[in-house]
Amino acid sequence: MAHAATMNEVERYESPLTPGWGKLMMWVFLISDAMSFAGLLAAYGTVRLASAEWPVPSEVLDVPLTAVNTFILICSSVTMVKALSAIRHGNRAGFLKWLGGTMLGGLTFLGIQAWEWTHLIVHEGLSIKTSLFGATFFILTGFHGCHVLSGVIYLFCIFLRGAQGAYTAERHSPVEIAGLYWHFVDLIWILVFTFVYLIA
Amino acid sequence: MSEHAHKTPFIRKYIFSTDHKVIGIQFLMMSLFFMIIGGLLAMMVRWQLGFPEKAMPLGTLFPDKLMPEGHMGPEFYNAVFTMHASIMIFLVIIPILAGAFGNFLVPLMIGARDMAYPKLNMLSFWVAVPGGLLMASSFFTDTGAAATGWTAYPPLSAVADYTGVTAGQSMWIGAVLIVGTASIMGAVNYITTIINMRAPGMHLFRMPLTIWALFITAILQLLATPVLASVMGMLLFDRTLGTHFFAPVGGGQVLMFQHMFWFYSHPAVYIMILPAMGFVSDILATFSRKPIFGYKAMAFSIMGIAGLGFIVWGHHMFQSGMNPLLGTTFMASTMVIAVPSAIKTFNWLGTIWRGSIRFTPAMLNALAFVSTFIVGGLSGIFMASTPVDMFIHDTYFIVAHIHYVLFGGSLFGVFAAINYWYPKMFGRMMNEAVNTVHFILTFIFFNLTFFPMHMLGMAGHMRRIADPTAYDFLKPLQPLNEFITINALILGAVQVLFAGNFIISLFAGKKAERNPWHANSLEWVAPSPPPHGNFETIPTVYHGPYEFSVPGVVEDYLPQDRPAPGGAPSHTPSLSTARA
Repeated sequence: MAHAATMNEVERYESPLTPGWGKLMMWVFLISDAMSFAGLLAAYGTVRLASAEWPVPSEVLDVPLTAVNTFILICSSVTMVKALSAIRHGNRAGFLKWLGGTMLGGLTFLGIQAWEWTHLIVHEGLSIKTSLFGATFFILTGFHGCHVLSGVIYLFCIFLRGAQGAYTAERHSPVEIAGLYWHFVDLIWILVFTFVYLIA
Repeated sequence: MSEHAHKTPFIRKYIFSTDHKVIGIQFLMMSLFFMIIGGLLAMMVRWQLGFPEKAMPLGTLFPDKLMPEGHMGPEFYNAVFTMHASIMIFLVIIPILAGAFGNFLVPLMIGARDMAYPKLNMLSFWVAVPGGLLMASSFFTDTGAAATGWTAYPPLSAVADYTGVTAGQSMWIGAVLIVGTASIMGAVNYITTIINMRAPGMHLFRMPLTIWALFITAILQLLATPVLASVMGMLLFDRTLGTHFFAPVGGGQVLMFQHMFWFYSHPAVYIMILPAMGFVSDILATFSRKPIFGYKAMAFSIMGIAGLGFIVWGHHMFQSGMNPLLGTTFMASTMVIAVPSAIKTFNWLGTIWRGSIRFTPAMLNALAFVSTFIVGGLSGIFMASTPVDMFIHDTYFIVAHIHYVLFGGSLFGVFAAINYWYPKMFGRMMNEAVNTVHFILTFIFFNLTFFPMHMLGMAGHMRRIADPTAYDFLKPLQPLNEFITINALILGAVQVLFAGNFIISLFAGKKAERNPWHANSLEWVAPSPPPHGNFETIPTVYHGPYEFSVPGVVEDYLPQDRPAPGGAPSHTPSLSTARA
């Protein structure tokens, strides 16, 4: 009979929806993803410190606009927290509303960034080829932008599943896991913003 | 269960399978296929070095552009040795250790039914395959395959004009990125599976050392591979988009590439040896009928090697120029790695000491692993020492060292593992006599091939030169080069024995029982080969995997799912510590 008890124990572990697995895996993945940003940021630091003339970022880049953009991204983290809290209380309408707000925040961020890129490339003549400043700028913000875009698509899938009623007050770990990714992308942006835009 | 298996269509069962065992075998077959290609490239390298003036046999089959009248030009030679190393590292050793044995063994040895994310697991294999094909197919582009050495140092690799290779080099970078992605997917899965899915009673310190090694290896892959991806991404942008990360002309930093590359590639050498160390630990204990000596010390030394592996990368760059203080630091941290490595070596010796040794082919290969690893490890200490490294850098001494650890170490570990787990993988036994002959010949000709390279290196023979006879001071060494080449060709030919045995035993081998070696770990509790889902019922684990010759037990082994005599499950992590 001890055997039957242990079987149940294992079956509980083996259900793919049991909280724990997915969250662990997301954490493990985020550690790995953090290392790829660490690689790029280390390279950025190296070429910048070794370079004789590095432009003052605020003279080339629109820092106030990006500060607003940063604020929007941080707000989208807040709405993500609200979305998770709503589904925890079984409030599906509130969950979908806050999740929609989060996606909107992400899309706004991407839109402003697209406008900024266009402005820099078309009007300022800054490109990935012109200088290491341009190369590091476009690769760091671009790599981060890809993460935001993936995040919006990811949240959209969660939104669709949520609209179908997949998540309840008891079972909502996919929402929490998606939230982990979204907060990670936010945190990385704060580093990118600090290093690329602010430090003169 | 079996009815269900019958209903699974062929394509889901054998091709796009989510079963970790099928995926493991797929990785094994992919790696063995690339091993043949990599091995043939090695034969071409050796022919050119031994007999540069003679036309290569079958050389006329190659296009005239590559091999005019069967003679290899220096450009093609560069591509051949580059691809030999790249294929052996990225498409053979890493996928066979982590991909093939990691996938096959992790769920079986921890008592799980499958990996945490079977579909991600399948994706990992089907991402690795196109990556491998991309790398191999670069031979067929106009300007040939990558020719910068497997380290792809810029500016040589960053500017197409320097080597004359355009698409091939970019395809090589792309392939490394793709294979790296596959290996991160695998690592994420292994870590989650090992942390979350162990059978009841399988505490961390009851896991077989194979699982410890694969677990730590997965952590190394998880942390190091993204850094390789970022540096390879920058190199690709330099080549294709016109950035100047590594081009001094635009303010780029050439040395930065080396730092970031070795930040990955030094941990990667442990990715390529730690799993083999795990396999060998299990095999030595099983065939000595004795508990592994110092189980916890073995597990902690794996962690020690992995941790130290992250702070020693600079020892590859003593000749590249760095602050002497930094060089000394790297020298010291590198030498410290000898401590956990020596702990492992002495524990292996302690394990076989006064054991009832059974000289199966698996055991012979495992013993070869230990002995050649000692040679390779000791020559590594030479290189760690900065002043000595200045002298032997970029010589055949380095080539001898890498082959003693990668062929003598990892590959003998792989041979041991295939011999050991073949019955579990395919449900049939390999022919032991043939594999014993294969082992003896491989061991002899391996040493005859690679040991003399130490001497070549000490005499100043450079790596990566297409024609040693072009240098006056190397002319007296040419007979030694010819000797190495003849032995290398025999070494290559001997592998036919193993390949033939592998294939024929698939169909004609004796049917394997569940536990042919009388080992203790959980994979031997499952049928051979294990069905989908592995176990009839999930086993409960009562003790560690090295309970051999336990007093009071009739047989000389005690599987992990069988309680020790006296009834109550042991409360100590493992009986061996209790007895000690």
